[in-house]
Amino acid sequence: MHKLFDRKTLRITFYVLLLLTLAFTASTVFAQDEITDDEVNAIARDLYCPVCENTPLDVCPTEACRQWRELIRLQLSEGRSEAEIKQYFVDNYGARVLSEPPRTGLHWLIYILPPVMILAGAFILFRSFREWTKPRAVEAGAGEDEAYVEASDSENDEYIARFEEELKKRK
Amino acid sequence: MTGSLTDTTTKRGVPLWVQIIIWVALAGLLVLVGVTLGKRQQGTVQPGEKIPDFTLPLFSGYEYEDRSEVQLSDFQGKVVVLNFWASWCKPCEQEAAELEEAWLYYQPTGQVMFLGADYVDTEPEARAYLKKFNISYPNGPDMGTKISQLFRIRGVPETYFIDQDGVLYYVKVGPFMSIDEIKSIVDQKLR
Repeated sequence: MHKLFDRKTLRITFYVLLLLTLAFTASTVFAQDEITDDEVNAIARDLYCPVCENTPLDVCPTEACRQWRELIRLQLSEGRSEAEIKQYFVDNYGARVLSEPPRTGLHWLIYILPPVMILAGAFILFRSFREWTKPRAVEAGAGEDEAYVEASDSENDEYIARFEEELKKRK
Repeated sequence: MTGSLTDTTTKRGVPLWVQIIIWVALAGLLVLVGVTLGKRQQGTVQPGEKIPDFTLPLFSGYEYEDRSEVQLSDFQGKVVVLNFWASWCKPCEQEAAELEEAWLYYQPTGQVMFLGADYVDTEPEARAYLKKFNISYPNGPDMGTKISQLFRIRGVPETYFIDQDGVLYYVKVGPFMSIDEIKSIVDQKLR
């Protein structure tokens, strides 16, 4: 009887399948180890290269910044944490590479001054609005005419009342 | 007509102490901004200025007499040629060979010291650069950009010539065009 698959063919098929399985497994494992651009950029966006001022590292097109991003990728692949990588950059290039200055020494001014100034501004505005909305008081010694106008509100009311009464009578 | 005269006086504005605090804070802020802007526009250190001592850590393989870091004061009595460079800097490549040639020319005299400060660079690329141009004089990273800030460099390449007394006497911004250019500057201070 003719065999559909002889022993040799089966063996070759087995090895081919084994190789394919191994290759697939290896590629999956390596793909997991590969550091993606998103992972690199998550750290890079908090860093600024001193050469390219005001351009975050994740979008900076220069060669220096490309090298920095590769350094981040390398350190991530070595298992370093985000904090460790940032500390490495501070140690090597200075604290000015951080988008958020460290809360130490004179850097505290950056965090304290703006809220203090906003609060002071709000206080001044509040005081000013309160003053503006108050009825204008008459200072002592002001002109007699002015004083009369301010002081005789009640008399005016009486006068208006009488005036309206007269008008009604005439109708 | 008679009327009762209102005699109320109202104080306007904020209290004096608040005003003083605000004005002092504003003046302080302006001074801070002014000093910072002034420093930025000052440019590089100028010839005639005494250079404060600094420490340059060295790449392994580029040490000076087996020392992993050097200080400017170590070279008192010598002319120091301090070159700021980076591997990503294309103009730096134009002068790399000339600097090395000049170093090899002056090294036997013992009167001149060449130092390379690698500015905002990554070590693997920096090493590749040094190897590519066969650079042999002491080189190291400008850690924390402290030295470049001390010299207030505006970019790379920049080269600073410091005399035997630690006083800056020449600043070269941009790459050297030839070894003769380097020699003409160094020789000004050689006895």
